Amino acid sequence: MSPNDRVVFENVSKFYGDVLGVNRVNLSIPPGITSLVGPNGSGKTTLMNLMTGLIRPTRGHITVLGIPCDQPEELFRYVGYCTQFDTFPKGFTGYQFVYSYLRLYGCAHGEADELTWKAIERVNLVEAANRKIAGYSKGMRQRIKLAQSTCHGPSVLVLDEPLNGLDPLVRAETIALFRSLAEDGMHVIISSHILHEVDAISDQVILLSNGYVVAEGQIKGVRSEMLDHPMQILIRCNKPTELAAKVFAQESVVEAQIHKDGLGLLIKTRDADRFYLMLNHIAKNGVAIESVAPADDDVNSVYEYLIGSEEAPR
Amino acid sequence: MNPLWTTQILAVIRLELRKTFFSRRGAWIYFLALAPAALFTGHSLIQMQTHRPCDFGSDTNIFATTFQLFYLRLGIFFGCVGVFMNLFRGEVLDRSLHYYFLAPIRREVLLVGKFLTGVIATSVIFATSTLLQISGMYLHHGWRVVSDYLVNANGISHVISYLAATVLACVGYGSIFLASGVLFRNPLIPAGVILIWESINSFLPALLQKFSVIYYLKSLCPIQIDPQAGSFLAVLAINADPMPAYIAIPGVLLVAVLVLVVAALQVRRMEINYATE
Repeated sequence: MSPNDRVVFENVSKFYGDVLGVNRVNLSIPPGITSLVGPNGSGKTTLMNLMTGLIRPTRGHITVLGIPCDQPEELFRYVGYCTQFDTFPKGFTGYQFVYSYLRLYGCAHGEADELTWKAIERVNLVEAANRKIAGYSKGMRQRIKLAQSTCHGPSVLVLDEPLNGLDPLVRAETIALFRSLAEDGMHVIISSHILHEVDAISDQVILLSNGYVVAEGQIKGVRSEMLDHPMQILIRCNKPTELAAKVFAQESVVEAQIHKDGLGLLIKTRDADRFYLMLNHIAKNGVAIESVAPADDDVNSVYEYLIGSEEAPR
Repeated sequence: MNPLWTTQILAVIRLELRKTFFSRRGAWIYFLALAPAALFTGHSLIQMQTHRPCDFGSDTNIFATTFQLFYLRLGIFFGCVGVFMNLFRGEVLDRSLHYYFLAPIRREVLLVGKFLTGVIATSVIFATSTLLQISGMYLHHGWRVVSDYLVNANGISHVISYLAATVLACVGYGSIFLASGVLFRNPLIPAGVILIWESINSFLPALLQKFSVIYYLKSLCPIQIDPQAGSFLAVLAINADPMPAYIAIPGVLLVAVLVLVVAALQVRRMEINYATE
Protein backbone atom coordinates (compact mmCIF):
# COMPACT_ATOMS: atom_id res chain seq x y z
CA MET A 1 0.00 0.00 0.00
CA SER A 2 1.52 3.35 -1.00
CA PRO A 3 1.76 6.33 1.38
CA ASN A 4 -0.74 8.07 -0.89
CA ASP A 5 -3.42 5.65 0.33
CA ARG A 6 -2.84 6.55 3.95
CA VAL A 7 -3.22 9.25 6.54
CA VAL A 8 0.33 9.83 7.74
CA PHE A 9 1.57 11.64 10.85
CA GLU A 10 5.34 12.10 10.99
CA ASN A 11 6.67 13.04 14.41
CA VAL A 12 3.78 15.43 14.99
CA SER A 13 3.49 17.56 18.12
CA LYS A 14 0.97 20.24 18.92
CA PHE A 15 1.21 22.62 21.85
CA TYR A 16 -1.39 25.22 22.80
CA GLY A 17 0.99 27.70 24.37
CA ASP A 18 2.47 25.68 27.22
CA VAL A 19 -0.29 23.08 27.15
CA LEU A 20 0.39 19.80 25.39
CA GLY A 21 -2.13 18.73 22.75
CA VAL A 22 -0.33 15.71 21.30
CA ASN A 23 3.34 14.82 21.32
CA ARG A 24 5.62 12.91 18.95
CA VAL A 25 2.83 11.15 17.07
CA ASN A 26 3.83 8.79 14.28
CA LEU A 27 0.94 7.07 12.55
CA SER A 28 0.13 5.57 9.20
CA ILE A 29 -3.59 4.94 8.99
CA PRO A 30 -4.80 2.52 6.28
CA PRO A 31 -8.32 2.37 4.77
CA GLY A 32 -11.04 0.82 6.93
CA ILE A 33 -12.50 1.92 10.24
CA THR A 34 -9.95 3.31 12.66
CA SER A 35 -11.04 4.38 16.12
CA LEU A 36 -9.29 6.93 18.28
CA VAL A 37 -9.87 5.98 21.88
CA GLY A 38 -8.92 7.87 25.00
CA PRO A 39 -10.33 9.87 27.88
CA ASN A 40 -11.21 13.56 27.67
CA GLY A 41 -8.08 15.61 27.01
CA SER A 42 -6.12 12.68 25.63
CA GLY A 43 -5.71 14.34 22.22
CA LYS A 44 -8.37 12.69 20.03
CA THR A 45 -9.94 15.93 18.76
CA THR A 46 -6.51 17.54 18.41
CA LEU A 47 -5.43 14.70 16.10
CA MET A 48 -8.60 15.10 14.04
CA ASN A 49 -8.26 18.87 13.82
CA LEU A 50 -4.63 18.43 12.79
CA MET A 51 -5.41 15.98 10.00
CA THR A 52 -8.09 18.33 8.63
CA GLY A 53 -5.92 21.44 8.82
CA LEU A 54 -8.15 23.29 11.31
CA ILE A 55 -5.04 23.59 13.48
CA ARG A 56 -1.39 23.37 12.52
CA PRO A 57 1.25 21.18 14.08
CA THR A 58 3.90 22.87 16.20
CA ARG A 59 6.31 20.25 14.83
CA GLY A 60 6.13 17.48 12.27
CA HIS A 61 4.24 16.88 9.07
CA ILE A 62 0.86 15.44 8.19
CA THR A 63 -0.46 14.22 4.85
CA VAL A 64 -3.85 12.79 3.96
CA LEU A 65 -3.68 10.57 0.86
CA GLY A 66 -0.44 12.40 0.06
CA ILE A 67 -2.02 15.88 0.37
CA PRO A 68 -0.52 18.29 2.92
CA CYS A 69 -3.13 19.48 5.42
CA ASP A 70 -2.46 23.17 4.82
CA GLN A 71 -4.07 22.98 1.38
CA PRO A 72 -7.81 22.96 2.16
CA GLU A 73 -8.71 23.63 -1.46
CA GLU A 74 -7.24 20.23 -2.36
CA LEU A 75 -7.70 18.36 0.93
CA PHE A 76 -11.47 18.73 1.24
CA ARG A 77 -12.08 17.35 -2.24
CA TYR A 78 -11.21 14.00 -0.57
CA VAL A 79 -11.97 14.57 3.10
CA GLY A 80 -15.22 15.04 5.03
CA TYR A 81 -15.09 16.06 8.67
CA CYS A 82 -18.02 15.76 11.05
CA THR A 83 -16.79 17.93 13.91
CA GLN A 84 -17.81 18.00 17.54
CA PHE A 85 -18.70 21.72 17.23
CA ASP A 86 -22.44 21.97 17.79
CA THR A 87 -22.79 25.37 16.13
CA PHE A 88 -24.13 26.15 12.68
CA PRO A 89 -24.37 29.21 10.45
CA LYS A 90 -27.30 31.25 11.79
CA GLY A 91 -30.76 30.71 10.36
CA PHE A 92 -29.88 27.69 8.22
CA THR A 93 -32.27 24.84 7.53
CA GLY A 94 -30.83 21.33 7.30
CA TYR A 95 -31.15 21.47 3.52
CA GLN A 96 -29.37 24.83 3.27
CA PHE A 97 -26.56 23.58 5.51
CA VAL A 98 -25.72 20.73 3.13
CA TYR A 99 -26.64 22.53 -0.11
CA SER A 100 -24.51 25.62 0.65
CA TYR A 101 -21.54 23.40 1.44
CA LEU A 102 -21.87 21.79 -1.99
CA ARG A 103 -22.08 25.21 -3.65
CA LEU A 104 -18.84 26.15 -1.88
CA TYR A 105 -17.45 22.87 -3.18
CA GLY A 106 -18.17 24.22 -6.65
CA CYS A 107 -21.28 22.24 -7.63
CA ALA A 108 -23.87 23.87 -9.86
CA HIS A 109 -27.42 24.23 -8.48
CA GLY A 110 -28.83 21.04 -10.01
CA GLU A 111 -25.99 18.80 -8.91
CA ALA A 112 -25.88 20.38 -5.45
CA ASP A 113 -29.62 19.89 -5.01
CA GLU A 114 -29.44 16.23 -6.06
CA LEU A 115 -26.45 15.43 -3.83
CA THR A 116 -28.06 17.28 -0.91
CA TRP A 117 -31.20 15.16 -1.03
CA LYS A 118 -29.16 11.98 -1.38
CA ALA A 119 -27.09 12.86 1.70
CA ILE A 120 -30.16 13.85 3.69
CA GLU A 121 -31.93 10.62 2.73
CA ARG A 122 -28.87 8.62 3.83
CA VAL A 123 -29.26 9.97 7.37
CA ASN A 124 -33.09 9.71 7.36
CA LEU A 125 -33.74 13.41 7.80
CA VAL A 126 -35.89 14.13 4.74
CA GLU A 127 -38.95 15.27 6.68
CA ALA A 128 -36.98 17.75 8.78
CA ALA A 129 -34.77 19.00 5.94
CA ASN A 130 -36.58 22.30 5.50
CA ARG A 131 -36.78 23.09 9.20
CA LYS A 132 -34.30 25.42 10.88
CA ILE A 133 -31.37 23.57 12.47
CA ALA A 134 -31.86 25.70 15.59
CA GLY A 135 -35.01 23.63 16.27
CA TYR A 136 -33.32 20.25 15.76
CA SER A 137 -32.69 17.77 18.57
CA LYS A 138 -29.13 16.80 19.44
CA GLY A 139 -29.45 13.58 17.41
CA MET A 140 -30.83 15.42 14.36
CA ARG A 141 -28.00 17.95 14.50
CA GLN A 142 -25.55 15.07 14.64
CA ARG A 143 -27.19 13.50 11.59
CA ILE A 144 -27.23 16.68 9.51
CA LYS A 145 -23.51 17.13 10.26
CA LEU A 146 -22.99 13.58 9.10
CA ALA A 147 -24.93 14.34 5.90
CA GLN A 148 -22.79 17.42 5.27
CA SER A 149 -19.53 15.56 5.80
CA THR A 150 -20.49 12.74 3.41
CA CYS A 151 -22.44 14.69 0.76
CA HIS A 152 -19.49 15.13 -1.64
CA GLY A 153 -18.42 11.48 -1.52
CA PRO A 154 -15.11 11.84 0.33
CA SER A 155 -12.41 9.15 0.45
CA VAL A 156 -11.54 9.97 4.05
CA LEU A 157 -14.29 10.53 6.57
CA VAL A 158 -13.27 11.95 9.94
CA LEU A 159 -15.93 11.71 12.64
CA ASP A 160 -15.53 13.25 16.08
CA GLU A 161 -17.86 11.43 18.51
CA PRO A 162 -20.39 10.75 15.72
CA LEU A 163 -22.66 8.53 17.81
CA ASN A 164 -23.28 11.10 20.54
CA GLY A 165 -26.94 11.89 20.97
CA LEU A 166 -28.21 9.21 18.60
CA ASP A 167 -30.98 6.86 19.73
CA PRO A 168 -30.24 3.10 19.60
CA LEU A 169 -31.98 2.51 16.27
CA VAL A 170 -30.24 5.37 14.48
CA ARG A 171 -27.00 4.42 16.19
CA ALA A 172 -27.22 0.92 14.68
CA GLU A 173 -28.07 2.35 11.25
CA THR A 174 -25.18 4.80 11.47
CA ILE A 175 -22.73 2.09 12.43
CA ALA A 176 -23.96 0.03 9.47
CA LEU A 177 -23.38 3.07 7.25
CA PHE A 178 -19.79 3.41 8.51
CA ARG A 179 -19.26 -0.28 7.91
CA SER A 180 -20.49 -0.10 4.33
CA LEU A 181 -18.40 3.03 3.61
CA ALA A 182 -15.30 1.26 4.95
CA GLU A 183 -16.05 -1.83 2.87
CA ASP A 184 -16.07 0.43 -0.20
CA GLY A 185 -12.43 1.27 0.57
CA MET A 186 -12.96 4.51 2.44
CA HIS A 187 -10.94 5.64 5.45
CA VAL A 188 -13.38 6.11 8.33
CA ILE A 189 -11.66 7.63 11.34
CA ILE A 190 -13.83 7.78 14.43
CA SER A 191 -13.28 9.08 17.92
CA SER A 192 -15.50 7.61 20.57
CA HIS A 193 -15.87 7.15 24.29
CA ILE A 194 -18.13 4.14 23.92
CA LEU A 195 -15.69 1.26 23.94
CA HIS A 196 -17.99 -1.64 23.20
CA GLU A 197 -19.18 0.11 20.03
CA VAL A 198 -15.62 0.88 19.00
CA ASP A 199 -14.79 -2.76 19.58
CA ALA A 200 -17.65 -3.92 17.40
CA ILE A 201 -16.92 -1.71 14.39
CA SER A 202 -13.19 -0.98 14.29
CA ASP A 203 -10.65 -2.57 12.00
CA GLN A 204 -7.96 -0.96 14.09
CA VAL A 205 -7.68 1.30 17.11
CA ILE A 206 -5.36 4.04 18.25
CA LEU A 207 -5.22 4.37 22.03
CA LEU A 208 -4.34 7.81 23.36
CA SER A 209 -3.44 9.02 26.79
CA ASN A 210 -2.29 12.51 27.81
CA GLY A 211 -1.38 13.45 24.26
CA TYR A 212 0.63 10.32 23.50
CA VAL A 213 -0.26 7.33 21.33
CA VAL A 214 0.07 4.39 23.70
CA ALA A 215 -0.91 1.65 21.25
CA GLU A 216 -2.14 1.24 17.70
CA GLY A 217 -3.14 -1.57 15.38
CA GLN A 218 -5.71 -4.34 15.31
CA ILE A 219 -6.98 -4.85 18.81
CA LYS A 220 -6.06 -8.56 18.97
CA GLY A 221 -2.55 -7.76 17.83
CA VAL A 222 -2.18 -5.06 20.46
CA ARG A 223 -3.47 -7.43 23.12
CA SER A 224 -1.09 -10.25 22.20
CA GLU A 225 1.89 -7.91 22.57
CA MET A 226 1.01 -7.08 26.17
CA LEU A 227 3.15 -9.80 27.70
CA ASP A 228 2.92 -8.50 31.25
CA HIS A 229 -0.83 -9.19 31.24
CA PRO A 230 -1.52 -12.93 30.71
CA MET A 231 -4.36 -13.67 28.27
CA GLN A 232 -7.65 -14.67 29.88
CA ILE A 233 -9.60 -17.49 28.26
CA LEU A 234 -13.06 -18.68 29.28
CA ILE A 235 -13.74 -22.38 28.68
CA ARG A 236 -17.31 -23.64 28.97
CA CYS A 237 -17.32 -27.38 29.83
CA ASN A 238 -19.12 -30.08 31.84
CA LYS A 239 -16.26 -30.83 34.28
CA PRO A 240 -14.49 -27.55 35.13
CA THR A 241 -12.78 -28.91 38.29
CA GLU A 242 -11.25 -31.83 36.39
CA LEU A 243 -10.19 -29.49 33.61
CA ALA A 244 -8.64 -27.07 36.14
CA ALA A 245 -6.44 -29.82 37.54
CA LYS A 246 -5.28 -30.78 34.05
CA VAL A 247 -4.53 -27.27 32.79
CA PHE A 248 -2.73 -26.26 35.96
CA ALA A 249 -0.09 -28.84 35.17
CA GLN A 250 0.84 -26.77 32.12
CA GLU A 251 3.77 -24.41 32.44
CA SER A 252 2.20 -21.51 30.55
CA VAL A 253 -0.94 -21.36 32.70
CA VAL A 254 -0.52 -18.91 35.57
CA GLU A 255 -4.03 -18.95 37.05
CA ALA A 256 -7.25 -20.97 36.80
CA GLN A 257 -10.60 -20.07 38.38
CA ILE A 258 -13.90 -21.96 38.35
CA HIS A 259 -16.54 -19.68 36.83
CA LYS A 260 -19.20 -18.30 39.22
CA ASP A 261 -21.95 -20.45 37.68
CA GLY A 262 -19.84 -23.58 38.07
CA LEU A 263 -20.10 -24.38 34.34
CA GLY A 264 -16.79 -23.04 33.14
CA LEU A 265 -13.19 -22.29 33.83
CA LEU A 266 -11.40 -18.94 33.50
CA ILE A 267 -7.69 -19.39 32.95
CA LYS A 268 -4.80 -16.95 32.52
CA THR A 269 -1.96 -17.99 30.25
CA ARG A 270 1.24 -16.38 28.97
CA ASP A 271 1.13 -18.41 25.74
CA ALA A 272 -2.36 -18.59 24.30
CA ASP A 273 -1.36 -20.44 21.12
CA ARG A 274 0.33 -23.25 23.06
CA PHE A 275 -2.62 -23.41 25.42
CA TYR A 276 -5.12 -23.88 22.57
CA LEU A 277 -3.03 -26.79 21.20
CA MET A 278 -2.87 -28.37 24.63
CA LEU A 279 -6.61 -27.90 25.10
CA ASN A 280 -7.34 -30.01 22.02
CA HIS A 281 -5.34 -32.80 23.61
CA ILE A 282 -7.16 -32.51 26.97
CA ALA A 283 -10.53 -32.49 25.25
CA LYS A 284 -9.83 -35.95 23.90
CA ASN A 285 -9.57 -37.29 27.46
CA GLY A 286 -13.17 -37.14 28.68
CA VAL A 287 -13.88 -33.42 29.21
CA ALA A 288 -16.69 -32.17 26.95
CA ILE A 289 -15.76 -28.64 25.96
CA GLU A 290 -18.70 -26.50 24.84
CA SER A 291 -16.89 -23.30 23.91
CA VAL A 292 -13.55 -21.55 24.20
CA ALA A 293 -13.32 -17.76 23.95
CA PRO A 294 -10.78 -15.08 24.82
CA ALA A 295 -12.10 -13.03 27.74
CA ASP A 296 -9.91 -9.93 27.60
CA ASP A 297 -8.92 -9.15 24.03
CA ASP A 298 -11.46 -6.39 23.61
CA VAL A 299 -10.76 -2.64 23.54
CA ASN A 300 -12.08 -2.22 27.06
CA SER A 301 -9.58 -4.66 28.58
CA VAL A 302 -6.67 -3.42 26.50
CA TYR A 303 -7.54 0.12 27.42
CA GLU A 304 -7.73 -0.73 31.09
CA TYR A 305 -4.38 -2.54 31.04
CA LEU A 306 -2.61 0.25 29.15
CA ILE A 307 -4.17 3.39 30.51
CA GLY A 308 -5.83 2.29 33.74
CA SER A 309 -9.41 1.98 34.85
CA GLU A 310 -9.51 5.32 36.68
CA GLU A 311 -9.69 7.36 33.54
CA ALA A 312 -11.27 4.76 31.29
CA PRO A 313 -14.17 5.84 29.14
CA ARG A 314 -17.42 3.91 29.12
CA MET B 1 -17.85 28.02 -18.09
CA ASN B 2 -16.81 29.90 -14.94
CA PRO B 3 -13.54 28.97 -13.31
CA LEU B 4 -13.97 27.31 -9.91
CA TRP B 5 -12.91 30.32 -7.88
CA THR B 6 -15.60 32.58 -9.36
CA THR B 7 -18.24 29.95 -8.59
CA GLN B 8 -16.93 29.75 -5.05
CA ILE B 9 -16.82 33.54 -4.60
CA LEU B 10 -20.44 33.74 -5.77
CA ALA B 11 -21.36 30.96 -3.33
CA VAL B 12 -19.70 32.85 -0.46
CA ILE B 13 -21.45 36.11 -1.45
CA ARG B 14 -24.81 34.33 -1.66
CA LEU B 15 -24.31 32.90 1.83
CA GLU B 16 -22.99 36.07 3.42
CA LEU B 17 -25.33 38.67 1.92
CA ARG B 18 -28.37 37.31 3.71
CA LYS B 19 -26.51 37.27 7.01
CA THR B 20 -25.13 40.77 6.49
CA PHE B 21 -28.36 42.46 5.39
CA PHE B 22 -30.73 40.76 7.79
CA SER B 23 -28.69 40.25 10.93
CA ARG B 24 -30.26 41.64 14.10
CA ARG B 25 -26.76 42.43 15.27
CA GLY B 26 -26.39 44.91 12.42
CA ALA B 27 -29.66 46.83 12.87
CA TRP B 28 -27.80 49.84 14.29
CA ILE B 29 -25.94 50.23 10.98
CA TYR B 30 -29.21 51.06 9.23
CA PHE B 31 -29.91 53.64 11.92
CA LEU B 32 -26.44 55.14 11.48
CA ALA B 33 -26.88 55.31 7.70
CA LEU B 34 -30.41 56.63 7.66
CA ALA B 35 -30.17 59.15 10.53
CA PRO B 36 -28.71 61.98 8.39
CA ALA B 37 -31.27 61.30 5.64
CA ALA B 38 -34.05 61.58 8.23
CA LEU B 39 -32.49 64.77 9.59
CA PHE B 40 -32.26 66.45 6.17
CA THR B 41 -35.79 65.35 5.22
CA GLY B 42 -37.05 66.72 8.55
CA HIS B 43 -35.27 70.00 7.82
CA SER B 44 -36.97 70.23 4.41
CA LEU B 45 -40.40 69.40 5.82
CA ILE B 46 -40.05 72.13 8.46
CA GLN B 47 -38.98 74.63 5.78
CA MET B 48 -41.98 73.63 3.66
CA GLN B 49 -44.36 74.08 6.56
CA THR B 50 -42.97 77.47 7.51
CA HIS B 51 -42.75 78.53 3.82
CA ARG B 52 -39.23 79.85 4.37
CA PRO B 53 -36.97 78.00 1.92
CA CYS B 54 -33.24 78.24 2.69
CA ASP B 55 -30.65 79.47 0.31
CA PHE B 56 -29.71 76.65 -2.11
CA GLY B 57 -25.99 77.39 -1.78
CA SER B 58 -26.07 77.27 2.00
CA ASP B 59 -27.93 73.91 1.88
CA THR B 60 -25.24 72.62 -0.47
CA ASN B 61 -22.53 73.71 1.98
CA ILE B 62 -24.33 72.20 4.96
CA PHE B 63 -24.63 68.92 3.07
CA ALA B 64 -20.95 69.01 2.06
CA THR B 65 -19.86 69.68 5.67
CA THR B 66 -22.10 66.96 7.10
CA PHE B 67 -20.98 64.51 4.44
CA GLN B 68 -17.28 65.04 5.13
CA LEU B 69 -17.30 65.55 8.88
CA PHE B 70 -20.01 63.16 9.98
CA TYR B 71 -20.95 60.78 7.21
CA LEU B 72 -17.53 59.77 5.88
CA ARG B 73 -15.57 60.01 9.12
CA LEU B 74 -18.14 58.55 11.51
CA GLY B 75 -21.19 57.09 9.72
CA ILE B 76 -19.52 55.01 7.05
CA PHE B 77 -16.47 54.45 9.26
CA PHE B 78 -18.46 52.81 12.07
CA GLY B 79 -20.82 51.13 9.61
CA CYS B 80 -17.80 49.42 8.08
CA VAL B 81 -16.56 48.51 11.55
CA GLY B 82 -19.91 46.77 12.17
CA VAL B 83 -20.07 44.93 8.86
CA PHE B 84 -16.47 44.04 8.01
CA MET B 85 -15.17 43.14 11.45
CA ASN B 86 -17.97 40.60 11.81
CA LEU B 87 -17.14 38.82 8.58
CA PHE B 88 -14.43 36.74 10.27
CA ARG B 89 -14.37 37.79 13.92
CA GLY B 90 -18.16 37.46 14.24
CA GLU B 91 -17.99 33.91 12.88
CA VAL B 92 -15.25 33.02 15.35
CA LEU B 93 -17.42 34.35 18.19
CA ASP B 94 -20.44 32.44 16.82
CA ARG B 95 -18.23 29.35 16.46
CA SER B 96 -19.28 28.82 12.86
CA LEU B 97 -16.13 29.69 10.89
CA HIS B 98 -15.18 26.01 10.60
CA TYR B 99 -18.08 25.62 8.12
CA TYR B 100 -16.02 27.54 5.57
CA PHE B 101 -12.67 26.13 6.64
CA LEU B 102 -13.92 22.59 6.00
CA ALA B 103 -14.85 23.34 2.40
CA PRO B 104 -12.42 22.86 -0.50
CA ILE B 105 -11.97 26.57 -1.00
CA ARG B 106 -8.75 28.57 -0.90
CA ARG B 107 -8.75 30.77 2.17
CA GLU B 108 -7.79 33.73 -0.05
CA VAL B 109 -10.87 33.12 -2.20
CA LEU B 110 -12.99 33.00 0.94
CA LEU B 111 -11.51 36.33 2.04
CA VAL B 112 -12.26 37.95 -1.32
CA GLY B 113 -15.82 36.57 -1.24
CA LYS B 114 -16.41 37.95 2.23
CA PHE B 115 -14.84 41.30 1.34
CA LEU B 116 -17.02 41.68 -1.77
CA THR B 117 -20.08 40.83 0.33
CA GLY B 118 -19.15 43.60 2.76
CA VAL B 119 -18.57 46.06 -0.08
CA ILE B 120 -21.91 45.21 -1.70
CA ALA B 121 -23.81 45.45 1.59
CA THR B 122 -22.25 48.69 2.82
CA SER B 123 -22.33 50.31 -0.62
CA VAL B 124 -26.04 49.54 -1.03
CA ILE B 125 -26.87 50.79 2.47
CA PHE B 126 -24.69 53.91 2.49
CA ALA B 127 -25.08 54.90 -1.17
CA THR B 128 -28.86 54.64 -0.79
CA SER B 129 -28.57 56.85 2.26
CA THR B 130 -26.42 59.36 0.32
CA LEU B 131 -29.12 59.60 -2.35
CA LEU B 132 -31.83 59.95 0.30
CA GLN B 133 -29.82 62.65 2.06
CA ILE B 134 -29.42 64.66 -1.16
CA SER B 135 -33.13 64.24 -1.97
CA GLY B 136 -34.10 65.13 1.60
CA MET B 137 -31.87 68.20 1.70
CA TYR B 138 -33.23 69.73 -1.50
CA LEU B 139 -36.82 68.55 -1.17
CA HIS B 140 -38.16 71.93 -0.07
CA HIS B 141 -36.62 73.79 -3.03
CA GLY B 142 -39.08 72.22 -5.44
CA TRP B 143 -38.57 70.09 -8.51
CA ARG B 144 -37.80 73.03 -10.87
CA VAL B 145 -34.88 74.32 -8.82
CA VAL B 146 -33.50 70.87 -8.23
CA SER B 147 -33.74 69.78 -11.89
CA ASP B 148 -32.09 73.04 -12.89
CA TYR B 149 -29.26 72.24 -10.46
CA LEU B 150 -28.93 68.71 -11.80
CA VAL B 151 -29.12 69.55 -15.50
CA ASN B 152 -27.70 73.04 -15.90
CA ALA B 153 -25.34 73.30 -12.93
CA ASN B 154 -22.92 70.60 -11.73
CA GLY B 155 -25.64 68.68 -9.85
CA ILE B 156 -25.25 65.33 -11.62
CA SER B 157 -21.47 65.40 -11.30
CA HIS B 158 -21.78 66.32 -7.59
CA VAL B 159 -24.15 63.42 -6.96
CA ILE B 160 -21.84 61.02 -8.80
CA SER B 161 -18.84 62.31 -6.82
CA TYR B 162 -20.63 61.82 -3.50
CA LEU B 163 -21.69 58.32 -4.51
CA ALA B 164 -18.15 57.48 -5.63
CA ALA B 165 -16.75 58.79 -2.34
CA THR B 166 -19.32 56.69 -0.47
CA VAL B 167 -18.47 53.48 -2.32
CA LEU B 168 -14.71 54.08 -2.10
CA ALA B 169 -15.05 54.77 1.64
CA CYS B 170 -16.73 51.35 1.95
CA VAL B 171 -13.90 49.74 -0.04
CA GLY B 172 -11.10 51.50 1.87
CA TYR B 173 -12.44 51.25 5.41
CA GLY B 174 -13.87 47.82 4.65
CA SER B 175 -10.49 46.39 3.75
CA ILE B 176 -8.93 47.84 6.91
CA PHE B 177 -11.62 46.52 9.24
CA LEU B 178 -11.75 43.13 7.57
CA ALA B 179 -8.00 42.86 8.18
CA SER B 180 -8.43 44.05 11.78
CA GLY B 181 -11.02 41.32 12.36
CA VAL B 182 -8.56 38.74 11.08
CA LEU B 183 -5.42 40.07 12.77
CA PHE B 184 -6.70 41.12 16.20
CA ARG B 185 -8.68 39.29 18.83
CA ASN B 186 -10.24 42.58 19.98
CA PRO B 187 -10.52 44.60 16.77
CA LEU B 188 -12.16 47.59 18.50
CA ILE B 189 -8.74 48.73 19.73
CA PRO B 190 -7.29 49.03 16.20
CA ALA B 191 -10.59 50.65 15.14
CA GLY B 192 -10.02 53.36 17.77
CA VAL B 193 -6.44 53.87 16.65
CA ILE B 194 -7.52 54.14 12.99
CA LEU B 195 -10.24 56.64 13.93
CA ILE B 196 -7.63 58.87 15.58
CA TRP B 197 -5.24 58.43 12.64
CA GLU B 198 -7.94 59.40 10.15
CA SER B 199 -9.05 62.36 12.30
CA ILE B 200 -5.61 63.93 12.56
CA ASN B 201 -4.87 63.35 8.88
CA SER B 202 -4.95 67.07 8.06
CA PHE B 203 -2.23 67.75 10.63
CA LEU B 204 0.14 65.02 9.46
CA PRO B 205 3.15 65.57 7.19
CA ALA B 206 2.32 65.27 3.48
CA LEU B 207 3.87 61.82 3.10
CA LEU B 208 2.02 60.29 6.06
CA GLN B 209 -1.28 61.73 4.89
CA LYS B 210 -1.13 59.39 1.94
CA PHE B 211 -1.33 56.34 4.26
CA SER B 212 -4.97 56.91 5.06
CA VAL B 213 -8.32 56.54 3.37
CA ILE B 214 -9.76 59.95 4.20
CA TYR B 215 -6.92 61.69 2.36
CA TYR B 216 -8.16 60.29 -0.94
CA LEU B 217 -11.85 60.63 -0.10
CA LYS B 218 -11.53 64.34 0.70
CA SER B 219 -10.21 64.93 -2.80
CA LEU B 220 -13.23 63.19 -4.30
CA CYS B 221 -15.72 65.41 -2.51
CA PRO B 222 -16.95 68.01 -5.03
CA ILE B 223 -17.22 70.92 -2.59
CA GLN B 224 -14.33 71.92 -0.39
CA ILE B 225 -15.35 73.07 3.06
CA ASP B 226 -14.45 76.62 3.96
CA PRO B 227 -12.70 76.43 7.35
CA GLN B 228 -13.74 80.01 8.14
CA ALA B 229 -17.41 79.24 7.65
CA GLY B 230 -17.85 76.26 9.89
CA SER B 231 -16.84 75.33 13.39
CA PHE B 232 -13.31 74.35 14.42
CA LEU B 233 -14.17 70.82 13.25
CA ALA B 234 -14.07 72.13 9.69
CA VAL B 235 -10.31 72.33 10.09
CA LEU B 236 -10.29 68.53 9.98
CA ALA B 237 -11.66 68.65 6.46
CA ILE B 238 -9.08 71.05 5.06
CA ASN B 239 -7.57 69.66 1.92
CA ALA B 240 -4.52 71.78 1.21
CA ASP B 241 -3.38 69.62 -1.65
CA PRO B 242 -6.42 68.06 -3.37
CA MET B 243 -5.55 65.43 -5.93
CA PRO B 244 -7.39 64.58 -9.15
CA ALA B 245 -9.87 61.70 -9.19
CA TYR B 246 -7.65 59.64 -11.48
CA ILE B 247 -5.09 59.48 -8.67
CA ALA B 248 -7.49 59.45 -5.69
CA ILE B 249 -9.54 56.48 -6.90
CA PRO B 250 -6.57 54.17 -7.65
CA GLY B 251 -5.02 55.45 -4.39
CA VAL B 252 -7.90 54.09 -2.29
CA LEU B 253 -7.98 50.87 -4.29
CA LEU B 254 -4.24 50.40 -3.83
CA VAL B 255 -4.51 50.90 -0.06
CA ALA B 256 -7.36 48.35 -0.03
CA VAL B 257 -5.42 45.77 -2.06
CA LEU B 258 -2.30 46.09 0.14
CA VAL B 259 -4.33 45.65 3.30
CA LEU B 260 -6.21 42.66 1.83
CA VAL B 261 -2.93 40.95 0.88
CA VAL B 262 -1.79 41.19 4.52
CA ALA B 263 -5.18 39.84 5.67
CA ALA B 264 -5.00 36.97 3.16
CA LEU B 265 -1.60 35.88 4.46
CA GLN B 266 -3.03 35.79 7.98
CA VAL B 267 -6.21 33.93 6.97
CA ARG B 268 -4.07 31.28 5.31
CA ARG B 269 -2.42 30.59 8.69
CA MET B 270 -5.58 30.97 10.77
CA GLU B 271 -6.51 28.10 13.11
CA ILE B 272 -9.88 27.14 14.54
CA ASN B 273 -9.51 27.19 18.29
CA TYR B 274 -12.77 28.51 19.66
CA ALA B 275 -11.89 27.57 23.22
CA THR B 276 -9.33 30.35 23.47
CA GLU B 277 -11.67 33.08 22.13
